[in-house]
Amino acid sequence: MLRIRFHGRGGQGIKTASRVLGSALFAEGFEVQDAPRYGAERRGAPIFAYVRADRAPIDERGVIERPELVVVGDDSLVQVAGAGVGVGLDAEAVLLLLSQEPAAVWKQRLQTEATVITLEPPAPDPDAPLRSGPEPLVGARVSGAAARLLGVVPRTALEAALAQELGALPTTARERARQQALEAFDALAAHAGAVRARPAPGYAERTSPGWIELPFDPADVSAPAIHAPATSVLVRTGLWRSMRPVIDHSGCKRCHFMCALPCPDSAITVDDAGYPQIDLEHCKGCLICVAQCPFHVIAAVPEAEAQNETTALPRERRAHEP
Amino acid sequence: MSRSLMTGNRAAAWAARLAGVDYVPAFPITPQTEIIETLSEWIRRGELDARMTTLDSEHSMVTAAGTAATAGVRVFTATSSQGLLYAMEMLYAVAGFRAPFLLANVSRGLAAPITLEPDHCDVLAARDSGLLQFHAASCQEVLDLSLIGYRVIEDKRVRLPAIVNLDGFYLSFTREPVELPEAEAVAAFLPPFDASALGLRAGQPLSQAVAVLGGTPYSYFRYECHLAALQAERVFAEVCEDFGERFGRNYSALERYACDDAEIVFVMMGSFASKARDAVAQMRAAGERVGLLRPRLLRPFPADALAQALDGKAAVVVVDQNLSIGKGGVLHAELCSALYGRADAPGVITSFIGGLGGRDIRREEFFQMVSETREALQKARAGTLEAPPAPRLLFTADELRELRKMQAIAAVRDAEVRSSRPPPAPNAGSQGS
Repeated sequence: MLRIRFHGRGGQGIKTASRVLGSALFAEGFEVQDAPRYGAERRGAPIFAYVRADRAPIDERGVIERPELVVVGDDSLVQVAGAGVGVGLDAEAVLLLLSQEPAAVWKQRLQTEATVITLEPPAPDPDAPLRSGPEPLVGARVSGAAARLLGVVPRTALEAALAQELGALPTTARERARQQALEAFDALAAHAGAVRARPAPGYAERTSPGWIELPFDPADVSAPAIHAPATSVLVRTGLWRSMRPVIDHSGCKRCHFMCALPCPDSAITVDDAGYPQIDLEHCKGCLICVAQCPFHVIAAVPEAEAQNETTALPRERRAHEP
Repeated sequence: MSRSLMTGNRAAAWAARLAGVDYVPAFPITPQTEIIETLSEWIRRGELDARMTTLDSEHSMVTAAGTAATAGVRVFTATSSQGLLYAMEMLYAVAGFRAPFLLANVSRGLAAPITLEPDHCDVLAARDSGLLQFHAASCQEVLDLSLIGYRVIEDKRVRLPAIVNLDGFYLSFTREPVELPEAEAVAAFLPPFDASALGLRAGQPLSQAVAVLGGTPYSYFRYECHLAALQAERVFAEVCEDFGERFGRNYSALERYACDDAEIVFVMMGSFASKARDAVAQMRAAGERVGLLRPRLLRPFPADALAQALDGKAAVVVVDQNLSIGKGGVLHAELCSALYGRADAPGVITSFIGGLGGRDIRREEFFQMVSETREALQKARAGTLEAPPAPRLLFTADELRELRKMQAIAAVRDAEVRSSRPPPAPNAGSQGS
């Protein structure tokens, strides 16, 4: 069986990636199962989706714990423990990351015995609307990459699956996505078939599940209550952000009730001088403040770019500027 | 027929479309919403000639479903979890109406604490309502059991509403190959609802659900529901036979996998049972005599069929993806009542609670269930088993460690949580026999 787990962020097209790959494998005569795993999802939050493919009907179900291939569409997820990117990665598995950094760096960082392959993330499209950013192309790109690594999906089957699964997109977006998928497929020619199907560990290799008797706890312990205040501060939801709001304080009129009050995450505070300041550890990048600012001095900047910028943005980058 | 990838939710919507439903009262809830979204889109595009009404709650939704069915139209509706419970009062009422309609329940665990992931506590809460229950284990079964279901519930011997149950996530959002029958073939299998006996028309008023004081009429009407539900087991078998002849897929009240010469048999319901089938195939390949029995019908409960299938078996492993708080696994209790007093009943029945709130059941856990059951069996044969083995929750030392970390973050004030480590697993490192 082939077991593929795709990791990314809400909005990047990770569910679509699993469907494209699933449809391509199904067209090639495989029995297929593909599924996204939703939580309290939203744009930018970690999500994953998975595909199983086999020549016989599939009885395995649920989350893949021992994948043959893990595909990570957004390398910032590696440091998010809850994303579970590394779960079950062993020496026989392949890890593909969309990343600017080389495979050797990731292999060293992750201390993994898995085969690590990297591929450039999709370049931002200068013509794309500001808020869409580069991310919807990520899913398309990883679907093409995964298809090539499996080695059992011909380019034509990938193209047919893309046409089938991206049919709801507008023509230009569909064409951009198609190009990303095919470019990734072509770029990984040297790694075609790097992923090998394998059976799950059988009865002879069984290990103990490690069951325990669940201890009885009194109700003050076992009621599902959170006693600690403000535990949400511990969760760095800023990592969910794909677009960053950046305030140009030189043009800010300090009408902070316009941006700080509507912030759904209370991530905008006001400093002693009356200027709004964004808590980037917890700002999820919803960009409501960008829309709210009456003087258009809050810009929306793709996160990857923003991380390289330390100064206020020049005026021409401001959002909503006519 | 064409075979394509589709989710369980979409398969449920296709069942409604192929059945040519007339009316869909609806209310959204995760993980069911995709069903009504799909139907709504088909109605909007004119591909399904039906009326959809969004109601203010599941309580109203089930009321609308029951009353519309009484008027003689074919009705489909869907819900999950809290929604099913919110409708609970009306579930009992519409069964008493003897109004046949189909409700797809996408199983999801019940609050509190809240979850989105599946177990069967929601659908089993409706166990005694009078709605029949069909439990699917694949997306194909979601479709097929729904089509079969309409024939069963509209049969004059039955005329009760029914639930088709599919597991949230594991079926609802999972695409797998589904063979869609041709609309004409379905129309031949499932003719339009013959509502002649129902008779509610604007010009022909009818009092429904009248009050009956004194126990005699009440006993009569409720027990007649019960007798009708019992009839449904035979009707289900007849309809499945016809379905098999027409579509080539054969169903019965019980899926039997590798049971014939099995010594130890798993009994479980729903899509997690396919994981048991996977584990049984592995054990069979290693020469172990194990099998799987999966009831597709929970109401009516196929007690005789289960008892006959288990006669002469050494032991049964019941895996309940539900919990009757203060009692234990519901299927375990129901199975024990079906087996008690039979001369050839299995001597050992073990009970495992697994899959609550979507907690996965891993392959090695099925192996371990067999191993623990075999130990009990050996004791029973040696005459040293003093009491039935205690039920067990599938829960590992690692899981408890993870939970204790959550409690520490939540500042649960207890030395147990802050300082202690979970006790070592009693069977750590040991392999199954």
